[in-house]
This record gives sequence, C-alpha cells and structure tokens, in this order.
Amino acid sequence: MKVLAGLLCSLLWSFVGPSLAAEQGDLIDTLSEELRNRKTVEQAIDKIAESESERRALWLEAILEGNLYVRKSDKKAVFAVKEGSGFSLTAASDDASLGTVGKREVSKVKINNALRGKLRTALAQLALTNPDPQKRLAAVEQMLGDLDDDKADAIRQLEKDEPDADVKSLMGLAGSIYQLTVGAKEQKLAVIDSLGINTRPIVVQRLEMLALSDDAEVAASASNMLKKIRSRISLFEKVETLLFGLSLGSVLAMAAIGLAITFGVMGVINMAHGEMIMIGAYCTWFLQHMLPGFIEYSLIVAIPLAFSLTFIVGMVIEFFVIRHLYGRPLETLLATFGISLLLQQTVRTLVSPQNVPVSNPSWLTGQLQIDPALSIAVNRLVIFVFCLLVFAVLMWLLKKTFFGLKVRAVSQNRQMARAMGAQSSRIDAMTFGLGAGIAGVAGVALSQLTNVGPNMGQAYIVDSFMVVVFGGVGNLWGTLLAGLSLGIVNKFLEPWVGAVVAKIVVLVFIILFIQRYPRGLFPQRGRAAGN
Amino acid sequence: MRSLLQGDRGGQILLTVLAIATVVLPMCNLLLPPDHPWHVSTYQLNLFGKYLCYALLAMSVDLVWGFMGFLSLGHGAFFGLGGYAMGMYLMRQIGDRGVYGNAELPDFMVFLNWDSLPWYWWGFDHFPIALIAVFLVPGLLAFLFGWLAFRSRVNGVYLSIISQAMTYALMLAFFRNEFGFGGNNGLTDFKVILGFPVSAQGTRVALFVASAVSVIAAYLLCRSIVQSRAGRVVVAIRDAEDRARFLGYRVESYQLLVLVISAMLAGLAGALYVPQVGIINPGEFSPLNSIEIVIWVAIGGRASLYGAVIGALLVNFSKSWFTAVIPEYWIFALGALFVLTTLLLPGGLAGIFSKRRVTNV
Repeated sequence: MKVLAGLLCSLLWSFVGPSLAAEQGDLIDTLSEELRNRKTVEQAIDKIAESESERRALWLEAILEGNLYVRKSDKKAVFAVKEGSGFSLTAASDDASLGTVGKREVSKVKINNALRGKLRTALAQLALTNPDPQKRLAAVEQMLGDLDDDKADAIRQLEKDEPDADVKSLMGLAGSIYQLTVGAKEQKLAVIDSLGINTRPIVVQRLEMLALSDDAEVAASASNMLKKIRSRISLFEKVETLLFGLSLGSVLAMAAIGLAITFGVMGVINMAHGEMIMIGAYCTWFLQHMLPGFIEYSLIVAIPLAFSLTFIVGMVIEFFVIRHLYGRPLETLLATFGISLLLQQTVRTLVSPQNVPVSNPSWLTGQLQIDPALSIAVNRLVIFVFCLLVFAVLMWLLKKTFFGLKVRAVSQNRQMARAMGAQSSRIDAMTFGLGAGIAGVAGVALSQLTNVGPNMGQAYIVDSFMVVVFGGVGNLWGTLLAGLSLGIVNKFLEPWVGAVVAKIVVLVFIILFIQRYPRGLFPQRGRAAGN
Repeated sequence: MRSLLQGDRGGQILLTVLAIATVVLPMCNLLLPPDHPWHVSTYQLNLFGKYLCYALLAMSVDLVWGFMGFLSLGHGAFFGLGGYAMGMYLMRQIGDRGVYGNAELPDFMVFLNWDSLPWYWWGFDHFPIALIAVFLVPGLLAFLFGWLAFRSRVNGVYLSIISQAMTYALMLAFFRNEFGFGGNNGLTDFKVILGFPVSAQGTRVALFVASAVSVIAAYLLCRSIVQSRAGRVVVAIRDAEDRARFLGYRVESYQLLVLVISAMLAGLAGALYVPQVGIINPGEFSPLNSIEIVIWVAIGGRASLYGAVIGALLVNFSKSWFTAVIPEYWIFALGALFVLTTLLLPGGLAGIFSKRRVTNV
C-alpha cells in the first residue's frame, strides 16, 4: 500500500512539480519587458519580492549587483558574466547555460539608488524569514547598523514568532538600538540601562553618538555606560593578549623542555635541537602530503610518528657524535651545530628550499566567540592544553618510572649512579632521544602555527636556550614557567614597541638576568647543584 | 721581534709568507701585463684582501677561545660594528653623488623622509673619528658584555649562548629601518675612500696591502700578549679559573682586557672588509656567521694564532671553490667540517704538526 502511495505521489509530482517549478522560473521571463523599462522596473521588483519563487533572492541580488540582463532576441532574463568582449549567459529561470553572446545582444536591467535601497530591504526581509536560523542571525546582524522604520517594524513583527532564542534576542537588541536613535528621552535612558555592558561595536558607536547629544541627562548616562563598556573591552583585550602570550609561551616551553632534559642531564647543548622541531613539523607535512584525504587525523598520527623519528635521529646523533665528545661541552656545541647544518641542507635537497604548505584540520580552525569583543582562536587554546599534556606525560615519565629514576640519578651524580648499576651510556642515549623526541612533538604543534621550512628550527635554538637558562637548568617546572612567562611578556610588550623590539627587549632582559642570576629563576640547590 | 716569534715555527713561516705576499702580489698586479701567466687580477687581489680580513677576525676569536677558553659565538657582532663604523664614513663620503643628490643625508634617510642626520652619525664625515669608532664601538660593547658576564662568573656554554644572543639581538635591531643604519639593505653604493674611488685598481691594491699589514701587526700584537705575563695568567685562567683566582689574580680584569682587545681586532677586520666588498648589512650579525668564524679557528687549530689564520684562509678558499663549482654541497661540506674536525681533529691542522700543543689545550 505504502509503495503504491509513494508511487502515486511521485507520479503526481512528476506532473505537477516541474510545471510548478517552470511556472515559478518563468516569472522572471514574463517580467523581462517590465524590467527593461525604467518606468516599470520598480513594480517588477515588487512582483518578484512578493512572489513565492525560490529563486527570487537570486534575482534580486543579480539586479542589485547589475548582473541581470535581458536577451534581446527572445526577451529571456539571463545572468551575464563578462567574458572577453561579450558575455557568457546562464538562464535566470533555471541556471541553464546559454553560451556566449556579443554585448549588443543583451541589455542590462538598470536601477537607481532609490531602487538599490529597496532591493537591499527586500533581500534583508527575505533573509529574515529564511528557514535556517544561522542565516536569520546573520541577516539581523547585518541590519543592526542601518535600521529604518520599515526594517525596525519588520523585525519587531518577526520577533514575536521567532522560534530561535539567539535570533530572538538579537532581534530584541535591534529594536533597542533603534530606540537609541529615534526614541524619546525616557526611552533612550531606559534602553541604555537595559542594554547594560554590551560590547558590540554598534552599541558602542550609538552610545558614542548619544554621549554627544544635547540632552545632558542622556549624554551623561550614555558616557557613563560607555566608560563601563570600554573598561570591559580593555579587560577583554588583556585577556586576549594573555591567551596569545600563553600560546606563544607554550610553544617556547615545548621547544625548550627537550633541550632542558639533555642540558640538565648531560650538560651538553644540542644545537641541532631546532632541527628536531623542523623534522617533527615536516612529519606533519609528509603525512598530509601522502594522505591528502586524512587531514583531519594527520596530527594524531603525526605526533607518534614525529616522536619516534626524532627519537631515533637523536639516538643516532648521540651514538655517533655526542658520546665521543663527553666532557667537552663546547666541542659538542660545535659538532651539533654542524649536524644542524647537515639536517637543514638535507631537507633542502630532498624536499625543497621553500616552505611547505601544512593545512590545519577543521577542528583546529575557527574561533570561540565568548563575547562580541572576546574571541579565542581554537588552535591557540589547543596548543596550550597540548603543552600541559606533554609536560604532564614527561613529568610522569621522569618521576614515576624506573627509567625516570635512572635519568634523575645520572643527572644528579653520574659516578654514584654508575656505581649503583645504572648504565650511564645507555641512559644518556635514551635521554638524548627523549629530548629530541619531545622537540619533534613540539614541531608537530608548531606546524599549525608557523611556516614550515628548512630554516624554521634555527629561530628556536636561541629562544629555547634562553628559556632553559631563565628557568634554571635541571628544573622542568622552571622551564615551563619561564617559557610561559616569557611568552606572555613578549605579547604584552608587542603592542607597545612592535614585535621585533619586544624580542630584543626580552633577549637583553635575559642576558642581564643571567648575568645577575647565572643559575636561573629556580636554581638547583644542594648536591645536585655541584660541578 | 725575534724573541716574540721564538719557538713559534708556524708563526715564523706564516709571517714570512704573508710579508712576501704583501710585496709580491701587488707587484704582480700592477707591473705585469694582464696576459702574463704570473699576473694577478685586481679581482683576485681583492678576494685575497677579503680573506685576510677573515684571517684577522679568526685571530681575534682564537685569542679569546684558544687562550682564554671563551667560545665566542658573537664575534660577528664586533666585526659588524667595525664594518658599520667604516660603512658610515663611506656613506658620508658619497655626499651629493647619491641617487637623491642630497649632500646632507644618505639616500636611505631621504627615502625614509628623515629631515636631519641622527646624532650618532655626527662626525662620521671625518676619517679619524670613524677610525676611532672602528675600535671604540666594538671595544665598548665587549667591555660592557664582559664586565657584566665575567663579574658574575658566567662561563662555559652559558657564556657562549649569551654571546650568540647578543649578536642575534643586534641583528634584529639593525634590520629595523628606524634604527638608522639602512635596515635590511645596510650601507652600500660607496664612492670614495679618503678621496680615492673605492673600486679603482690602486685603491684595491692599497686595501689589500693594508689588510695584509694589519694581519701581520695583529699577529705580533697577539703573540706579544700571549707571551707576556698577563698572557700566561690568561692561559692559567683558561685551564683552572678557580686556582688562578685563589692565587690572587683578578680573573675578571684579565678576561676583560683580552676580550676588549679581541673585539677591537674584530672591529678592525670589519672596517677593512667593508670597503673591499662594498657593502655591509645586518646579515653580518647573523649567528651563523659568528659560528662559522669559530669553525675556521677549530680547523686551523686553537691557541696557535697561525692556525686561525690558516684555517680562515683555507675554509674561505674552499668556500669560494664550492660555491663556484657545486654550490648546493657547500653547506654539507661545512656541516661535515664541524662534525669531523671536533671528532677527529681536536687540535686542528696546527695540532697535526705540533703534538705538544694538543696536550696543552
């Protein structure tokens, strides 16, 4: 039975549907004569706006943009796009392609400024009744700035039946804002109070206008409220800067933690540390390059891949170079610098000397809109959380596992640890690998924030070392805190003095700081501080 | 002089060769016709002059690294400052011959719409003042840096990285247009030096001779420092800082003295370098440049002075060769040099010839 009914329906539809659609589509063609005539174009537009056609918004937009033309030969309404000296046409009724014609074969539907206003209103009203609440929200948002009696009335009418709460409240706001412009004194005062601390730019703008108004009471009330709003906005700006600083700080901390481990345990500076970050970032690129369909998951896979790859590279470097230079930290510095050059050039030769494109998965893009004046980029938040996560895992590894115990033993007293049976050479290799691995993970995170290229690591080596020294060698908490605070300081300085000078100021500050406190913010005390 | 070079076989040979080159190469350039097999072109002479500047720079690094144990990753800063001081003099000498024809301001300031010369450019029209700045500015920076660092007993890797941060910060600063040193493009387009056209054959020969004489003089100066009582103390500080301190020596003062002298030598090298290459830009401050200097010294051999000179000449000759023949492999070669020298050749080339020094370092 059901099948039969369905069949019947579809049969019916096949008769009625297309003819209905055709009827609606044809409307524009039947109006083409009226549209071409300057005197009747207005009533033609009215007819379109009042019609039930699904395509009316398209047509009105095309008229507004000046893309609607009439083909002279058969009076068919067409969308025209300039192509060479002529136009390429598509039918306004059903988007069928009609080929290209010379520019003399079509005539444009011409409108004046009064009609433009009318068209915009009509389009806005259409948008306000759009079934999609997002579209309605956007429509109201757009109208907030230029309300007139008609629009305000239309919005007030629609507000009553609006099912979506967000749209409804925005519609209410639109009414209030309109009152601020046209309302009587009492209404204005009431609205100013009821709006409260609203940080929307349009509200601020209206209040600014009111603050200059002739009525002293309104002006005082408006400027009073304005002051509150401004202080709220500046608070939000500080929060935003803080978050920016935290995300930069997380990057610094992540880049530095790996270095802190190797420097803390083995006393050597790995100048190729930045290149481990680069390798990690390239892992992300490589995965996305190889599996373009899985961008969403690329980061999840890239993290273990980057960690294991850089872990191995780190171990290899340790085995072939670092251990032969034991006790000669300055030479280690030089040799690892050579390695960093080799790695960079290898990437330049194998991949490309240019930066490579790394895309962000969709779950990392976008903004969290907390307030009209406060939005947080999701990726910055994720970076911060990720940094804490990495730190937590590392802490667990060092404090709760047997391997961590041995690492700490070797870093505190190598001789004694060896006497107690810790194989210091193996520990060294593992530690070095671990430091490199964390740098690789940091590289994956960095690939989401900055350009990925062969030189990207170089920028981080000085910064990371500064963070390590500032925080105090051998103290991971210090490194984390130093990284975060340096990031925040940097971001707070930036609006004052510009990014480059902020960086210089921070560098000079650290240089002076180290000279005053050579052991950093949190110096190691007791026996571990020896040597 | 004889006592200075006593026991310094390498130095004796090097200085002899240098002295001969100082006389013979300009003669080969000026007196022999261009098609003569022994003719040295002005371009080649200019290139040698450039290498000699590097050699002087390497010697200044060797003085602090080899003899004092401070691995400076920031000597490019002193070199660059000396170069900028000379570059400023050369900029002022352009006068109204610049693109904008403004006798009062260098071209880049006109371009930035500045209406007067910043105070730190005052006096650079005069060569003696510029010459003083060549020594004074790097010396002052070194004094400030060393005074802060040595007094609080910062040493080892810390000191190295701080010196790198210093040159890095300077690089960032000099890249800025507002800083008043030409920003990204640096100082270039020089016309005359002391009234002679910069790119003329005679001027190039004179600059070469000046570089060679500077290297010889600097070698003797360094040698005399190293041979002196103060030099012995400095070596003692390198080998056992605490002991030297307990013996009553003011360690910081000795370190400061040597660092300032070394910075001044680096500044001189920069000043001789700029008119020969015709440009100075913030790239000279890049940490990579500074660390490259260290590798010249490492390859030549630390704490031998002549080793630094040989290392600088050798590495730069091969750099020129590589970049001309197989440019993409130069970085590979340089990277491998870093690793292999430190692993296999701790005493450098000089170490091969005198076993005594290796144990000493």
